[in-house]
Amino acid sequence: MKGSNGIFRLPVLSSLCWTVWQRDMDVYKKTFKVNFVPPLLEPILYLVALGFGLGFFVKEIEGISYTRFIAPALFSITTMYAAFFECTYASFVRMYYQKAFDAIIATPVNIDEVVAGELLSGATKAFINGGIVLGVIAAFGLVDLRYVMVLLPFGFFAGILFAALGMICTAIVPSIDSFNYPIFLFITPMFLFSGTFFPMSILPEPVVVLAYAVLPLTHVVKIARGLTLGAPETSLVLSFLWITVVSVITSILAINLMRRRLIQ
Amino acid sequence: MSVVVAQHLVKKYGEFTAVDDISLEVQKGECFGFLGPNGAGKTSTMKMMYAVSPITAGQLFILGLDVKAHPREVKRRLGVAPQEYNLDPDFSVLENLLVYARYFRIPRSDARARAFQLLDFFHLMEKKDSVVEHISGGMKKRLILARALINEPELLILDEPTTGLDPQARHLIWEKINELKSRGITVLLTTHYMDEAERLCDRLVILDQGKILAEGEPKKLVQEFIGDEVVEVVPSDLESALTALKVDSEGMRFQVNGKRIEILSKNPREIVPRLMNQLKLENLSLRRATLEDVFLHLTGRELRE
Repeated sequence: MKGSNGIFRLPVLSSLCWTVWQRDMDVYKKTFKVNFVPPLLEPILYLVALGFGLGFFVKEIEGISYTRFIAPALFSITTMYAAFFECTYASFVRMYYQKAFDAIIATPVNIDEVVAGELLSGATKAFINGGIVLGVIAAFGLVDLRYVMVLLPFGFFAGILFAALGMICTAIVPSIDSFNYPIFLFITPMFLFSGTFFPMSILPEPVVVLAYAVLPLTHVVKIARGLTLGAPETSLVLSFLWITVVSVITSILAINLMRRRLIQ
Repeated sequence: MSVVVAQHLVKKYGEFTAVDDISLEVQKGECFGFLGPNGAGKTSTMKMMYAVSPITAGQLFILGLDVKAHPREVKRRLGVAPQEYNLDPDFSVLENLLVYARYFRIPRSDARARAFQLLDFFHLMEKKDSVVEHISGGMKKRLILARALINEPELLILDEPTTGLDPQARHLIWEKINELKSRGITVLLTTHYMDEAERLCDRLVILDQGKILAEGEPKKLVQEFIGDEVVEVVPSDLESALTALKVDSEGMRFQVNGKRIEILSKNPREIVPRLMNQLKLENLSLRRATLEDVFLHLTGRELRE
């Protein structure tokens, strides 16, 4: 109960947040057989439909084949959806319908740790689903294998950011139906305009600047593409820093906004 | 030793005052009740006691610890059975206990041993592998109690432990609470069932609108506010009976409850002849006074939502 109620208050965290993560992982293990199919099938569908279908007409983008161009985007999009959905719909159900967080905060675990644990779960799902997609695109020969061991943990890292963004939505939506708004206004535009299916360079300069400033997926795609192509440039460090800073800020915001919602 | 010490405790939600300057002490081994209508501030008080709801003003010490300064340590030594069914529906009965034990960092093997003891104690062993959603309301309440005991707490907080249960399920839970009491666990309990309070509580407070209206042992409260017995009259003509009572009401108080008049007096048996012969009241009966009479006397009869 220490400290003020500000939205930038530093969270009070201990290793107990991993007990919340473990809870979510126990549930995930029970349903793994159902859970791992979509991230396995989805990239195959996209690769066939867009990569080989649309790619038949596109031939080359920036000197590479279209399938090679969209492969890192499929990985990035998967981490975004996995983490964002985990910390919106799934967390909201646990918070609102199952009253699971109320039960946990009656134990030594505090609300900050509950939310942090949920963010870790979201990032872990991004890591797992991203890893499955990575396996698929690697099987199609679309990944520079030297960078697989960098891309894997990067899925978790990007996952934290999307988990925090999702959790902020969970903290402020009045009902579960309201998630349509952030998805329609934020997630879907990101899915389309973050250098995913066409290069950012064809967009007008101000739009590109704006996209890099406010759309997290642009940075994730940029890093993933640099790594899958086996040609990371030094400018990726800037994207890495952008993700780090924004992840820290949004995670703190998410924890404090959830605290505001749940502690009265 | 005092397990709970509350001094001028206040809880406000914005402008609304839910708990309004409550002071009380609970001794080790006691079962202490919080009785009150809906919205009296019972749950708000409990939530401050188990350190999930910030205290607006006042002091609160649980097991000698300042709740404001040591919420984590307080929660480590408490067992909480909340009012709502917040079991984890993604897990089985046994898993619910094991997952909860992990929040206390109880080692896995200890947790399993304790979980099996508790399942046995609460007659849930047969259901240990059932999904929580598929067990009855009474079983869920028992599982919530079992879960509250997984960390071997020194103080147990029960927020309406039997609300919504059938009589058999309630009796089983009462029996278990009494067993826990006999082991020396201190119990805080909220309820709006008078029979539950009379049966379980050594002492209790009656709360209304965030304030303590009365405090003491159930029997003594009945004695103090009502007396031994109550005379009930069901007159054929309520108006004329009331008029007659108002003329000659020396040594008695009365209140109307629907078509019934309840007459309170220090010597109810002595006023019965007077009521029958002089006031010509009919349909009289004498019954033992209960905590419910005290409760309604103090909190009034209007409906609370």
